[in-house]
Amino acid sequence: MAGPQMVMYDEEARQIQVVCDRLGRDSNARAVLVIDKNGQPIAQSGETDHLDVTSLSSLTAGNVAATGGIAKLLAEREFAGQFHEGEKTNIHISIVAQRVILVVLFDERSSLGLVRLRVRKASDELTRILESLIKKAASANAPSVFAEITDDDIDNLFND
Amino acid sequence: MSFINYSSREINCKIVYYGPGLCGKTTNLQYIYNKTNPEAKGKMISLATETERTLFFDFLPLSLGEIRGFKTRFHLYTVPGQVFYDASRKLILKGVDGVVFVADSQMERMEANIESLDNLRTNLQEQGYNLDKLPYVVQYNKRDLPNAAPIDELRQLLNPTRVVEFPGVASSGEGVFDTLKAVAKLVLTELKRGG
Repeated sequence: MAGPQMVMYDEEARQIQVVCDRLGRDSNARAVLVIDKNGQPIAQSGETDHLDVTSLSSLTAGNVAATGGIAKLLAEREFAGQFHEGEKTNIHISIVAQRVILVVLFDERSSLGLVRLRVRKASDELTRILESLIKKAASANAPSVFAEITDDDIDNLFND
Repeated sequence: MSFINYSSREINCKIVYYGPGLCGKTTNLQYIYNKTNPEAKGKMISLATETERTLFFDFLPLSLGEIRGFKTRFHLYTVPGQVFYDASRKLILKGVDGVVFVADSQMERMEANIESLDNLRTNLQEQGYNLDKLPYVVQYNKRDLPNAAPIDELRQLLNPTRVVEFPGVASSGEGVFDTLKAVAKLVLTELKRGG
């Protein structure tokens, strides 16, 4: 089937969290999110309690996919970044390692210049983590959690 | 492409509802949304035109419960059915784990059904998928309408490979959860097989 299975392990989840926390601090952001290109949230940092992270992730991924479609039509490989300016909240969206989406929400406490600068550094770090994650997932001999799942386990999910 | 998060112990899967314009894809999701406990669902998002035709997609996140300590989360999407939104449909199929084809049972929509099914096959192929190898179910919707074609006829035209199929009336909920459960089960079974 298309594309390898996306997995996340404890170690890489922690490393990604560290990068998000630092990016949030260094850029004075309100919140930082890392999202899979298919719209699944991977990590979040900052003031996310009041955010609907699931919806935000899906819509951002849809937005990035649509922008990627436009890029293709214009014979561009991708538009690596997007910025939306609101009255109170601004959003900076960038694609990292062609695999995940890094989202920074910020307000008047920060600026686009600062966010861009810090995002660049964080992107490099995330790229390294993701590359090692992909290698690890590809070479993982550990049996998938699914191997042990029985048909009964699946049936039980659907018992009303 | 499912996403297995060993860190947060979650399994995330993506299911796409496909079919011709006005066949009832959004209605399926709306029914699921209305009948699901608040704690098991997120917000339903519809990116629609002013006349409530789907413009980009509908999105509904659902939690089905736990398997061996892993929370199972399904993200349900619909595509815009109208022919000219093909570019959007292709985007939504990216990373799909399971497909529901919602057919409009009305006799006069037969051509639209066939066209949409061909389009599904082509668009999946472009993403490197093969419909015959993907968790896939068919729903014959609008069975309550007087001009609904016989199921046998629909099956012959729209389900030549005889995948799991359900008659449905999405507006009243008939067949909606049967369809969802069937495709979710196929997705999990596929994951178990290491797909």
